[in-house]
Amino acid sequence: MITLNHYLSVSALLFSIGLMGVLTRRNVLMVLLGIELMFNAANLSFVAYSRAWGDAGGQVVVFFVIIVAAAEVTVGLAIAVQLMRQFRTLQTDEIKLLKW
Amino acid sequence: MAEAVSFYTFTGIMLMAACSVVANRKPIYSVLSLLVVMFCLAALFVMLGAYFIAALQVLLYAGAVLVLFLFVIMLLNLQPDDAHRAFTMRRTGIVTCLVFFFLIFRILSRHRFEPPLSALAPADSTVESVARLLFTQYVLPFELASFIILAAIVGAVTLSKQRAE
Repeated sequence: MITLNHYLSVSALLFSIGLMGVLTRRNVLMVLLGIELMFNAANLSFVAYSRAWGDAGGQVVVFFVIIVAAAEVTVGLAIAVQLMRQFRTLQTDEIKLLKW
Repeated sequence: MAEAVSFYTFTGIMLMAACSVVANRKPIYSVLSLLVVMFCLAALFVMLGAYFIAALQVLLYAGAVLVLFLFVIMLLNLQPDDAHRAFTMRRTGIVTCLVFFFLIFRILSRHRFEPPLSALAPADSTVESVARLLFTQYVLPFELASFIILAAIVGAVTLSKQRAE
């Protein structure tokens, strides 16, 4: 039988994989993809709780998360394009403007 | 039974695709794997009875966000990362994520949620009831979300209009 814990475990696994992407990849675009995975893991647990408690409020929150994710991706990709234009690289360790 | 089979099928595909997103050195392949993750997640949402959110997931994530990613990757003409340049701090990252997952798993196994989900009353999650909630109880966050969208549009346009010095 599938209980709430199954969905929450899957969500935790997905979040960990996304976190690994953010921590270990060098490419800025790959870091953004990892953040997307983490957003989706959070969405999954919101919807699972919404199902368990019979309350549609969790789905409304997912709606807002999707909006925020879309806004984040728009600005993030614009920054990535600018990085490519000005530094000719997307590798996070080669962009050290703030390093003295 | 059918519920368990489809749950394990979709989560299996989804987790494998998620690993492929993280581990793949070709950006295009990563984005396409993320597409698989989105579709499996939409299937899970349907299993949870959240039809409106599943539709939004396919339309917004698969339709808009990933197309934007693909567009930028093709615009920048990204090459696959070198094998020794693609990852950094790999061992530390893997250990951190395992510890993180283990901690969450400990919390989850301590607070067991016993009844199977199919035995519980589902939320009323038609488009109408979600929209009713959105425009009554959550109307302030809804308006704030429009400001976020506006800020994102203005930010993206300002960023891409900047001249390189």
